Amino acid sequence: MAAINVRNLCKTYGPRIAVDDLSVTIEDGEVFALLGPNGAGKTTTVEVLTGHRRRDHGVVEVLGHDPAHADLGWRTRIGVVLQEVQDAGQLTVAEVVRHYAGYYPSPYHPDEVIARVGLTDSARSRLYTLSGGQRRRVDVALGIVGRPALLFLDEPTTGFDPEARRQFWEIVRALRGDTTILLTTHYLDEAEALADRVGVITDGHLVCVGPPAELGGRAAAPAEVRWLDGGAPRTVTAADPASVVVELSRQFGGPVPGLSVVRPSLEDVYLDLIGAQR
Amino acid sequence: MTTTEATLASAPAPAAAVRRPSALRLGLARGLLDLKLFFRERDAVVFTFALPPTLLALLGSIFTDTFDNTTVTASQVFAASMIAGGIGSTSFVNLGIGMATERDDGTLRRLHCVPMPPVAYLIGKVVLVLVTSLAELAVLLVVGVAFFDLTLPTTADRWLTFTWIFVLATISCSLLGIVISNVARSARSAPAVVNLPFIVLEFISGVFIVPITQLPPLLLQVGALFPLKWAAQGFRSVFLPGTMAVNEAGGAWEHGRIALVLGAWCVGGLLLCLMTFRWRGRRYR
Repeated sequence: MAAINVRNLCKTYGPRIAVDDLSVTIEDGEVFALLGPNGAGKTTTVEVLTGHRRRDHGVVEVLGHDPAHADLGWRTRIGVVLQEVQDAGQLTVAEVVRHYAGYYPSPYHPDEVIARVGLTDSARSRLYTLSGGQRRRVDVALGIVGRPALLFLDEPTTGFDPEARRQFWEIVRALRGDTTILLTTHYLDEAEALADRVGVITDGHLVCVGPPAELGGRAAAPAEVRWLDGGAPRTVTAADPASVVVELSRQFGGPVPGLSVVRPSLEDVYLDLIGAQR
Repeated sequence: MTTTEATLASAPAPAAAVRRPSALRLGLARGLLDLKLFFRERDAVVFTFALPPTLLALLGSIFTDTFDNTTVTASQVFAASMIAGGIGSTSFVNLGIGMATERDDGTLRRLHCVPMPPVAYLIGKVVLVLVTSLAELAVLLVVGVAFFDLTLPTTADRWLTFTWIFVLATISCSLLGIVISNVARSARSAPAVVNLPFIVLEFISGVFIVPITQLPPLLLQVGALFPLKWAAQGFRSVFLPGTMAVNEAGGAWEHGRIALVLGAWCVGGLLLCLMTFRWRGRRYR
């Protein structure tokens, strides 16, 4: 069964179209990244899927229910990690995780969740003393403590330094398997590192969906073969780079100096995709 | 990390029939959490509890007259009326500012994402306001008795009167606090938005003016529309001798009317709450 099924979702704010005819299916156990620039409609989509915003048109099913008419029983199976929450600064990590565990019928043990997000050493720290990255881990702890079947992560690493982001990715990777995850991000490397499939959204349109490696026909696109010929850089663009490499290897009679094969980067594909819409 | 993952992965799957925690239990847990959050903001605690006694000390020291044909001093009257002011600050002001802050900092958005029945949130606030109001009451009674000749009632029916006025005043002022929290656009603007109407109400409800009949008729009439005036009048009826009733706007304690107005505000306030309540601040519409 699909965890999320969206058909022809539309949402406007006054004259502004936030989400325009968006359709997507996210399978059980999948990690799906909704990738797009700021203002593309990512957060609005998540808000509709979590039952916090009314849609104008379209059919939406999340864990088999329409979120617009979902009850608290449905909500026990959903975890949501929102943007920009700065609450409960005077509570400790352990207090807040334990409290939120109390809302669910069969939560994980709070200490295990704290360990899982790597905050065991800060469990007794008040939230206001934590760094931005640590607070985000608390957010994730509160999102997963109820043992959700489906987890929404809305731009979880915005504002992180590179090291904190990589540590955070490890936490999300460890959730894989237990939980279906819908992640929104405007970072390409994040989508590529975490997602089974990526949906590129821009101006409310879902312009492309696929595994990161195949996005925008990337896997089949011509690649550049580069090498050094007597110290001078040489480049050949080929639909079948392997044959070029075999030929080079034969010419050099062994290792090819400075050899590399470069596919168009995800960034190139992404900029193409969102550029086409602008 | 590996062992942790193993533990989580092997944890038994939730039984379908496991029941969600009850709204009452969640509400009490929220009340405990709200109390922790309140009492850990030390400076806020000190100033919240210090403001009404400070006002009482100032007013009681400035106005020292005695009422005609009685031994009742102006400061005794202030001490009784200030109990209404104290409840107003722990309910109306604290909830108004507190909920505007919770809307702004994302507390409410987060709670909207978890399976919490909204009434649990309300129960939590009831616990918070009850505990803080009782604490404020204790402070004001100690200060009033120690320094301003306030005498505690000795009869059971006066304590009964005190109890229902305390309960109705706390509920009605709390509900109005929840309503006004929606008016504040942000946590930063909330104190200004909440304090202005509160201080105006304290003036036109006779908390700062003794006797209340010194107020111009128009202000008296406006004040009589809101619960604070009736709460203050009710507390005067409990802590002052019966002869002081002539100094009220209606020339009597009017317990029936007090119950009516406070009760009406409890119902009306609840309706206003339900009509105006929002989970998110204006930044996230």
